[in-house]
Formats: sequence, C-alpha cells, structure tokens
Amino acid sequence: MPRTRIPVVAGWFTEDTAEEGFRLLGTRCSGCRSVHFPREDDHCRNPGCPGGELEEVALSKRGTVWSCTDGRYRPPPPYVSDPAVPWVPYTLVAVELAAERMVVLGQAAPGVGVGDLPVGSVVEVVPGVLEEDPAADTVHTTWHWRPVAVEALS
Amino acid sequence: MSGDVAVLGAGMHPWGKWGRSFVSYGRAAARAALDDAGIGWPEVGSVVGAQTVRGGYPGYVAGATFARALGWQGARVTSVYAACASGAQAINTARAQILAGMADVVLVVGADAAPKGFFAPAGGDRPDDPDWLRFRVLGATNPAYFGLYARRRMALYGDSPDDFALVKVKNAAAGALNAYARYRTPVTAEEVAASAVVADPLRLLDICATSDGAAALVLCGMDFARRRGVADPVRIRAVSTVTPTFPRTVLDLPDIGTDSAVAVEPSPESFRASIARSAYEEAGIGPEDLSLAEVYDLSTALELEWYEDIGLCGPGEGAKLVREGVTALGGRIPVNASGGLASFGEAVPAQAIAQVCELTWQLRGQAGDRQVPGARVGITANQGLFGHGSAVVAVR
Repeated sequence: MPRTRIPVVAGWFTEDTAEEGFRLLGTRCSGCRSVHFPREDDHCRNPGCPGGELEEVALSKRGTVWSCTDGRYRPPPPYVSDPAVPWVPYTLVAVELAAERMVVLGQAAPGVGVGDLPVGSVVEVVPGVLEEDPAADTVHTTWHWRPVAVEALS
Repeated sequence: MSGDVAVLGAGMHPWGKWGRSFVSYGRAAARAALDDAGIGWPEVGSVVGAQTVRGGYPGYVAGATFARALGWQGARVTSVYAACASGAQAINTARAQILAGMADVVLVVGADAAPKGFFAPAGGDRPDDPDWLRFRVLGATNPAYFGLYARRRMALYGDSPDDFALVKVKNAAAGALNAYARYRTPVTAEEVAASAVVADPLRLLDICATSDGAAALVLCGMDFARRRGVADPVRIRAVSTVTPTFPRTVLDLPDIGTDSAVAVEPSPESFRASIARSAYEEAGIGPEDLSLAEVYDLSTALELEWYEDIGLCGPGEGAKLVREGVTALGGRIPVNASGGLASFGEAVPAQAIAQVCELTWQLRGQAGDRQVPGARVGITANQGLFGHGSAVVAVR
C-alpha cells in the first residue's frame, strides 16, 4: 500500500493530478480580477475593488526566477525535520508569474541549486514531497519549482 | 515647529547575551534614560512599552511590565506591537500623547531577551498564521528572505558579495567604538568571506545576530523642556509609520506570495522608500539635509537597499557609496555610526528606540570617538514583519 498523501496545506494546489496537470490554486476576485496566493477566501485585498466573489483559480504553471537562495542550516519548528539525520540544504526560489503579475515563493525540486536558477530563467511548478512520516505511514505533499530545459521551450 | 517633541533623556542596557529577563534590561535602560533626563520616575505621566511576541505574559504587556518593575506610581500605560518597528511606534504614541496634552513626560522602553539562532514563530499548530506557515511549508527563515533580496541585487545591479562584506567591515569598525554594542571587534573582508554561508549568497557575518538589549527615551513637550532649563534639546520632528500600498510587489516577510498587480498598477515607489519619504515630508527636510542615518541592517545587502530607499543615492547605486567610503565614519553621510545591527544584533522591540538614542547622542555631540562632526539632522529607518516600518527624524 502506498503511503497516504496529505497536502501540507489543503487547497493550495491540485491533488491526484499527473505532473503536467499540477497547479498551485489561488483565488481570483470576480470584481477586479486580482489573484491571491496563498488563497484569500474571505475578502479581496484590493482597496479599490468594487466587490465580487472570490473564485478558485489555477495559477500559471510556468514563471521566471525573481530570486533564489538556500537554507544551509536546519530551520526551526514548525518545519519538520529529523534532528538525527544530517541536514541537507534545500533551495528556495521566488518565481514571477506574468499572467498573475505576482511573485510566489516555493522550494526548488530536490537536487536543484541556486546555480541552476539564474534570475529570469524559466521554471515550472511540479508536485513534491515535503516530508515523510514512516510511523504514521503518511507523506506531506507540497509544490516544487523546477527549471525548464531551454530546449523544452517552444 | 509646533509638532516637535523634546528628547530629554536617552538610555540603554548593553546588547549581548546576558541570561536575564527582558524586564531587568528594560528597567536598567529606563533608569539610565531618567537619570540622563534629570527626571524622577514619579514625574513620568505615561509609560509606553514596545512589545515583543514571546508567546504570552509579559512580552505582550511590556508597558505595564516596565511600570511595575520601576514601581507602580499610577502613570498612564500603553503597549505597542509592530514587529521590528515596535520601538518607533512606541515613540510615536508617546509623541501623540504629549502633543495632545495627555502627558507632560513620557517614558518609552523597549527590551528583549532573544533566543539563540533563527527567530521562530510562537508555538502551537496555527495554519491561519502567515508567520507559522512560512516555516511549516517552506522552512523560510528570516535570513532566507535576506538572501533572496541580496541575490536580486546581484542580478539587477551587479553587486557582489565583496560589496556586502564592506558593509560589515564598516559597521564593525563603528561598533568597536560603542560601549553598548555586543560585538566590539573590527572585522575584515577576509573574515566575512571565510564565514559559513547561511542563505546563499549571504554568510554568517552578513546577517545580524539575535541579542538581549534594551533602550529607553524620556520625551516631553518643548515648553516642559524649556521650563527645565533645556533650551536646545534634541527634537523629534517626524515619525513615519506608514503601511504599504496595494499592490505590494516585493516579497516581504513573512509572505509566501506578493499582491497581484493585475488590477492596479503598482506604485513606482517601494514600501521602504515611502517610509522615508513620509518622514521627510513631515519634517520638511530632504536627504540632502542629513548629517547621519541609522538604518536597519538586518543583512549587509539590506543596508545598501536602505541607502537607495532613504534617498542617499539612486536605485542600484548603494554599493558605490560603501565602496567609496561615503557612509563610513568620516564620510559625507555616515550610516550606522552606532555600529548598526551588525554590531548590536537584533533585540527586536528595543532596536528602533536604540536608533533614536544614537541620533540623540550624535546630535548632542556626546558620541565620543564615533561622533559625526557638527551633526544637526538625522534619520532612522526600519522595517518589520506584517507591513510595519518606521522612520524617525531628529534635529537639533
């Protein structure tokens, strides 16, 4: 039996989709078209918004690197990591989404370093694993950003 | 100017890791400020405490905690939270009370006993708290955000890690001259480059530590100062506590996403720049009038951004200023003559008050070996989580 997959936060990204269909989920205001991620389900944050409904919207799959960094030291809780296991740095990347005109942060896919993510380069969002809990037989899922090979761009 | 309030006294407890309660540090700083002002504690009509988030009593009730530690005497009390800008908002609250005639003399106190290592959110399982979420989902520490900003500067402006190191070298040199600073040893660029990478491209010596420390001010109206025989006090002429405007397009702590600019064109002016501009407008001065500035160097690279945000130079020109020594002691416009966060480490609710203490001593000509000659006008600037920021203009 595969482990139970639980999104680290419910409703922030698609579940049970193939990699190509994976998307972050935000909300869009029907009144002013502003997009919110993380999703805003209570109110539109645009002070000039005439008022509208907030509807779930899938964000662009691809964006460009705004900036990136890495975490060379173990972050404190509530980040989950096993202190008995040597810390493996991961990369954080801020991605500019052109259609939404916003920047969204995320971890890069495992093995992707800051050298793989020059500012302005193209990345895409893919499903990822934040941490596994063998005792509870669960996996917490998340989103990752992964560089798009130049030859894959049409 | 009718909106001025006088700085009658300034005091600090040295920054460090002292292993005592923040109440002890805050009380010591308050006593020092009262002594400096020549004011007895019973004369204080209002106490404003800058709060910290310590997960409960007494960090959330700083004003009353300090009033009790000094000995209950019936003063009006206020506690103010604005993350790293808590101290400046406490100053602003004191100023408003004085100008409104609610109190003649107000004591402002901020103190912290910081944990070692990364700041972390308050405990518990709180998925509706953006500060909790950025740690839970991304492990995004404060230095991670500083690293993002630093790399962005490198890509946009061609800044290098060597430029960032120069900020540390400059601030360490100034801090070595400040008895209240935690780190008082000069640092070389080679030492910065040899320190461990924390959040690429930033190294340990590019990032400010977390410290214990406390700062306090005694503020009063101009008439009260004159009656006390202080004819020419340092005056607080402006306090800016503006919020961002929608859409905010720079990723800010603790956010996981920026606002969307689909519906509204972003302001050409950054939030940080708006903080300083608002203070300049209120004070009726401009960056060309400054003798010195104290800015929030959470990281070395961030200090360079502040040069641009407070109008010392154009966008992307910050590194040039530090390379040419313009912002060093002895330069045209010294920045962080106190040694900055690089030399102090961050004691969150005390820090913005400490910035004003430094301006006070500089404008009085009491800054000793780090004195900026003839200082008449200074600005402080800082930014904290959740859309808080502040700038204070002091003159003499």
